[in-house]
Amino acid sequence: MDHSGTTPADDQHPPADDSHLGAPLVELEAVDKYFGDLHVLQDINLTVRRGEVLVVIGPSGSGKSTLCRAINRLETIDSGDISIDGQPMPAEGRQLARLRADVGMVFQAFNLFAHKTVLDNVTLGPRKVRGLSKSDAEAEALRLLDRVGVKNQAAKFPAQLSGGQQQRVAIARSLAMHPKVMLFDEPTSALDPEMINEVLDVMEQLAKEGMTMIVVTHEMGFARKAADRVVFMADGQIVEEATPEEFFHHPRSDRAKDFLSKILTH
Amino acid sequence: MEEYLDIVRQYDVLGAFWVNIQLAFWAALLSLALGSVLALFRISPIGSLQWAGSAYVTILRNTPLTIIMVFMVLGAWGQLELTLATDFDLNFFWLAVVGLSIYHAAFVCEAIRSGVNTVPVGQAEAARSIGLSFLPSARLVILPQAFRGAIAPLGNVLIALIKNTTVAAAASVATETSSVMRTMIEFRPDYIYAIFFTFAIGYVILVTPVGLLSTSFSRRLAVAR
Ligand SMILES: Nc1ncnc2c1ncn2[C@@H]1O[C@H](COP(=O)(O)OP(=O)(O)OP(=O)(O)O)[C@@H](O)[C@H]1O
Ligand SMILES: [Mg+2]
Repeated sequence: MDHSGTTPADDQHPPADDSHLGAPLVELEAVDKYFGDLHVLQDINLTVRRGEVLVVIGPSGSGKSTLCRAINRLETIDSGDISIDGQPMPAEGRQLARLRADVGMVFQAFNLFAHKTVLDNVTLGPRKVRGLSKSDAEAEALRLLDRVGVKNQAAKFPAQLSGGQQQRVAIARSLAMHPKVMLFDEPTSALDPEMINEVLDVMEQLAKEGMTMIVVTHEMGFARKAADRVVFMADGQIVEEATPEEFFHHPRSDRAKDFLSKILTH
Repeated sequence: MEEYLDIVRQYDVLGAFWVNIQLAFWAALLSLALGSVLALFRISPIGSLQWAGSAYVTILRNTPLTIIMVFMVLGAWGQLELTLATDFDLNFFWLAVVGLSIYHAAFVCEAIRSGVNTVPVGQAEAARSIGLSFLPSARLVILPQAFRGAIAPLGNVLIALIKNTTVAAAASVATETSSVMRTMIEFRPDYIYAIFFTFAIGYVILVTPVGLLSTSFSRRLAVAR
């Protein structure tokens, strides 16, 4: 996104340019989730539009991972509605599996299938879920691995790759399902510093190509360059929603100011 | 010495070991299949299947094998007329195989479950997130890694199974080692020590490679993380 036009007077922001965004794709309505007595998601209302890149930021324990996991139903919710492309998330079984295939997920710990080669990691879903032939799936997988820059590692096992390479394979594995939206839960926070950028570059490229993305990250550079919107969470609530520029330069809530002062000063 | 070897031949000690090897072979296959299904039950998201799996394991694991074997012959065959082969001796053989299998399946299940515990939850979550439902993700992602993490405990179950095949005597399999040994001791008490060591060493020779192999396989096939 081009933010060069958004350098307004101190207290005034023009509305963000959202002409490139489509219809609502991910919709959360009055979502509540408890872990025992802990109210981890409190009345969450959130809409992500097609092509939008949403960055979720917030202190540890605020519920960011739970939010992501609720969207593809790795966590159940206690009340409210979550729908993807107009379809409510089904409760269980085959239908849920089908809808999950449309929601890509990239984990902090990569979670590549440890007993399969890089190539087999990427082809497993297309073959077993989408029913592609082995040769079609492999051709597509090699194309995706090339795109994320690890094609030459295709025959290796995950444990033989660096963290940055593994995370890029994980992105390719998600992309191979042609998801409508991709969820990233702190995709770079388990990486050594020198590998963070190779993963962020791939994500920025995806954002540019119009992928709908929900990204939990504290990488402000990424948020500034790629995000349409930033959501700040604290204690299970969405405390603030703004454009990246607005949020990082003029946070409104005390919680956000406090949080930013902590992550900016180290 | 010469005379003792004649006795060994006369009572067909090698043939007796061969019976136990066959019992162990078939029971290993069947208990592996049954134990895998039980393990699937226990890790499945369906409450009633989990319950059934753990009830099976709790009951079978805590029942003495002799009780099961006697039941197979006097209950399942004698009263319920379960017949697995028309040949009399062969029928007892297969009843013993079934008894051994249902007993050891409980241990196989627990061994596989300990293997499942070596698979990080992230593996299952990644499988679900690409749209695999429970059975495909178990078959393609969880169990292949679980088996590789369960080789050592499965080896221990196999060792126990091989030794436990002698309990087939309780299911009237008269040609297996412990029954043959009993006959030999009855008729040749002058050789009791030699007889005992023949069978003891026979089992050591049978079982030791299993332990060595399972240790080496479990190291060689371990999933690198
Ligand atoms: N399976 C669980 N059972 C019980 N409590 C949980 C579970 N998962 C998370 N929690 C709790 O829910 C709260 C929100 O957790 P969550 O992982 O969503 O936070 P987060 O914002 O992602 O934090 P972080 O930045 O540390 O990743 C935390 O207090 C956490 O301890
Ligand atoms: Mg988290």
